[in-house]
Amino acid sequence: MLVHSASARRALRAAFFLLFLPVFALPLLVIAAASFAGGWSGALPSHLTLTHYQDLARGSTVTALLTSVLTALAASAAALTAGTWAALAAQGLGRRARRLLDALFLLPVAVPSVVVGLSLLVAFSRPPFLLNGTPQIVIIAHTVLVTAFAYQSVTAALSRLDPAYEQSAAGLGARPAYVLWRVRMPLLLPSLTAAAGLCFALSMGELSATMMLYPPDWMPLPVQIFAATDRGALFTGAALAVALMATTLLVLAGVARIRTRAGYR
Amino acid sequence: MPAPTAAPARTGPPAAPAPASGIRFDDVTVAYGRHGGHGEHTVLDSFDLTVEPGEVMALLGPSGSGKTTALRAVAGFVRPVRGRVLIGGRDVTDLPPYKRGIGMVVQQYALFPHMKVAENVAFGLKAQKAPRTEIPGRVAEALEMTGMAGYADRYPRELSGGQQQRVAIARALAIRPGVLLLDEPLSALDARLRSGMLAELARLHRELPDVSILYVTHDQVEALTLADRIAVLDQARLRDCGTPQQLYRSPRTAFTASFVGTANLLPVTVRRDGVEFAGRPLTVPVGEAAPGATATLCVRPHLIGLGASPAPGGNTLRGTVTELQWRGATHRLYVAAGGHRIMADVRELREPPALGTDIALHFAPEDAVLIPAGLAADGARHA
Ligand SMILES: Nc1ncnc2c1ncn2[C@@H]1O[C@H](COP(=O)(O)OP(=O)(O)O)[C@@H](O)[C@H]1O
Ligand SMILES: [Mg+2]
Repeated sequence: MLVHSASARRALRAAFFLLFLPVFALPLLVIAAASFAGGWSGALPSHLTLTHYQDLARGSTVTALLTSVLTALAASAAALTAGTWAALAAQGLGRRARRLLDALFLLPVAVPSVVVGLSLLVAFSRPPFLLNGTPQIVIIAHTVLVTAFAYQSVTAALSRLDPAYEQSAAGLGARPAYVLWRVRMPLLLPSLTAAAGLCFALSMGELSATMMLYPPDWMPLPVQIFAATDRGALFTGAALAVALMATTLLVLAGVARIRTRAGYR
Repeated sequence: MPAPTAAPARTGPPAAPAPASGIRFDDVTVAYGRHGGHGEHTVLDSFDLTVEPGEVMALLGPSGSGKTTALRAVAGFVRPVRGRVLIGGRDVTDLPPYKRGIGMVVQQYALFPHMKVAENVAFGLKAQKAPRTEIPGRVAEALEMTGMAGYADRYPRELSGGQQQRVAIARALAIRPGVLLLDEPLSALDARLRSGMLAELARLHRELPDVSILYVTHDQVEALTLADRIAVLDQARLRDCGTPQQLYRSPRTAFTASFVGTANLLPVTVRRDGVEFAGRPLTVPVGEAAPGATATLCVRPHLIGLGASPAPGGNTLRGTVTELQWRGATHRLYVAAGGHRIMADVRELREPPALGTDIALHFAPEDAVLIPAGLAADGARHA
């Protein structure tokens, strides 16, 4: 894009904010505002109050938030392990086998997550694989849904990795396992943490598959948000949403700190 | 299949300096694209070469001639479809890279960016489980040798290209390899640094006389300066091999003549006691060449003088000056003679001839080398 004059550039920037701010930031601001609202009939919320947040502290919200975080941590750890493993293994495969693996990992993204939830429900409804009504089945569903992203970002990172590094290491007498742990993994670390953050955020927000699977004692926060808005408690739902967002952002910020420390290039 | 001469595989880390070991390519052919289906293409064709223990061998050739591939075959990153690679008399063709005990410096250095200089240099020692107490001393020694002792705590990104280069060499030397493979190690450096590093590499080799070095380059100056012998590669084949002097003074192929130094290559017909160039007889040693055969006459530009031959029996060529270049200490004349452009490098001229002037050039019979056409182009000579 060739924009030379300063005024044109300014106009462009203004257009950017005008178009993108409403789409991205406004809904979030609205939710934040609603979470403090006692009522909202005019253009702006009225009767600002903290009661919704006080409700959160009293109710089952803390448990649900903890459930969400634990689910997301477990699912992203499992997804990262499986995705990285598969991406590394795929490197040693022929072109056709690799394409098959790519497709396999893409499946959970292509298939609606409701379908993924339903299929897990059906698959694990009978002994010996009776997992219905357990927290594990929720974690498995989340893992299935986010592994694709882990697999893809590690695959992309591996293809960008200069083979000269591992070859130099091998030339210096390092066995493949040593090369993996001392050279390839550290070089992949920035991509791995990025993938971990993505998986975590996706899992924190997952609703449709979770709805089909969650047991009463393992109710992630999005389900609660849905329940609250479903019974008409919009402002409570907004407060829950703010709690979910804040927690996710907090964890992502933590991950970003690891990334910057790992960013040696 | 192990060769009868194969030594038992070395176990454990090399505690002492590796014994002097040479490299041997035994009829090595490397092709890419075998499994891809069509278009298998041979990148190294029936390559035979022996690098003696402690010798510096330059692999010289234009880009794409297969030099890096030859190096990768020694390192074990590419498997020959035919032939064997031996290091120190041991057949390593089927060994993975990490068992070959080589030091290698690749074109882009590939220093590990997440490790400090000292950790980079220690990498090979740790990977081979050298005794912990020995590692710091050997790292310091390798850094000392390459003049990088003061940079142990830096990250590679904090170093200049030349410094990274030294660290890469230190890293390769720290494991005390019997064989050092260098792939265009100076190509990323500017001209001034390059000549400095050339001198340093020569010094390093004097300090480590037992290390065999296979030095890949497309730069004839590097090859001529550093190598005990030069192997000339072109289009996947070994074209010539010999000492720098041999290749320069008596190239066996036109390709060698033009790639090692500058050469006038004149198409000639062999006569009984000389050759005929553009209908005129020239007196040159013809060796075994059969009269009537076509051949190429190689005359180095700096061996051509201005004016008619002062000595009886010398050769004189007449032609027209088409171009004149002043090069400081010398003038290069381009002279059209017999339908060919002949280059002559002469001491700087006080009064250089004007373009278009007819002049005479001369050269002594013993300064010309006859390259018979059709001589097995890939015949390696024995030094
Ligand atoms: N991995 C590869 N796959 C297919 N062709 C390759 C590969 N590596 C090198 N080649 C080809 O092999 C030829 C020789 O390459 P190389 O040994 O790198 O040449 P040099 O080092 O002399 O420039 C080139 O034509 C190059 O395109
Ligand atoms: Mg090369």
